[in-house]
Amino acid sequence: MKIKKMAQIRRRDAMAIILGTAGAFIMSSSVYASKDKFTQRINKITNNKGAKETEIFLDVPEIAENGNQVKVNFEIESPMSQNDYIKTVYILADGNPSPDVAKFSFSQEMGVCSATTRMRLSKTQNVYLLAENNNNQFFMTKSMVKVTIGGCGG
Amino acid sequence: MSSVKPRGKVPKKASIDEVIEIKTLIRHPMHSGRMKDKDGKIIPRQIINAFKVEFEGKEIFSMKLEPSISTNPYIAFPYKAKKSGTFNFEWTDDNGKKYTMKRKMKVS
Repeated sequence: MKIKKMAQIRRRDAMAIILGTAGAFIMSSSVYASKDKFTQRINKITNNKGAKETEIFLDVPEIAENGNQVKVNFEIESPMSQNDYIKTVYILADGNPSPDVAKFSFSQEMGVCSATTRMRLSKTQNVYLLAENNNNQFFMTKSMVKVTIGGCGG
Repeated sequence: MSSVKPRGKVPKKASIDEVIEIKTLIRHPMHSGRMKDKDGKIIPRQIINAFKVEFEGKEIFSMKLEPSISTNPYIAFPYKAKKSGTFNFEWTDDNGKKYTMKRKMKVS
């Protein structure tokens, strides 16, 4: 009788372990939620067409000591003529609370497609550049930035 | 917010087809809505969310800013000079308040 009781307790313990593990799984998946959010964001921008990975000049520091002020500069080779120009450029960061950083809209009048700004990075992560030309084709490039002290005031 | 002050640098003179660089900076705290003050209270979001540049009344460049943009947003971009004219810069904050600046350029 005594042995049977012990077995029952063990079964209860086992249940607790199973539930606990399941709970841990749910929690760990929520940590990666921002990654899903990032993929969703890219799909939304590109209308599920996806972007072609190409070499674009994206200048971000390899190591950013201060995540509050990270310089980002890019230059896209484009004739910027009426039939062939870069319309929009998105800067995205996959580890920030919100993936969007900035959206630039260009016009042919500019003659050159380039811009510089400063952004916040909460932690070490990839910075993405997503460019759209006038034929609604998307191009993408990414660069890893190591952040020593995070920005965003998390 | 009286401390918000736009600044910009545009060359006064340029030659035709010269690619000039336009640099702008606006003094603004860019509260992302995540930072906390001394008492641990969250400072509500208040950022500059849009920037627009017009040359002789025609929009040439615009930008949508998110909370991930740093304090005192700095924006620089090139422009191929073709004729003399005036640049109109316009920043918009979360309350819809606009900050403007004008710069003239002579092309010869």
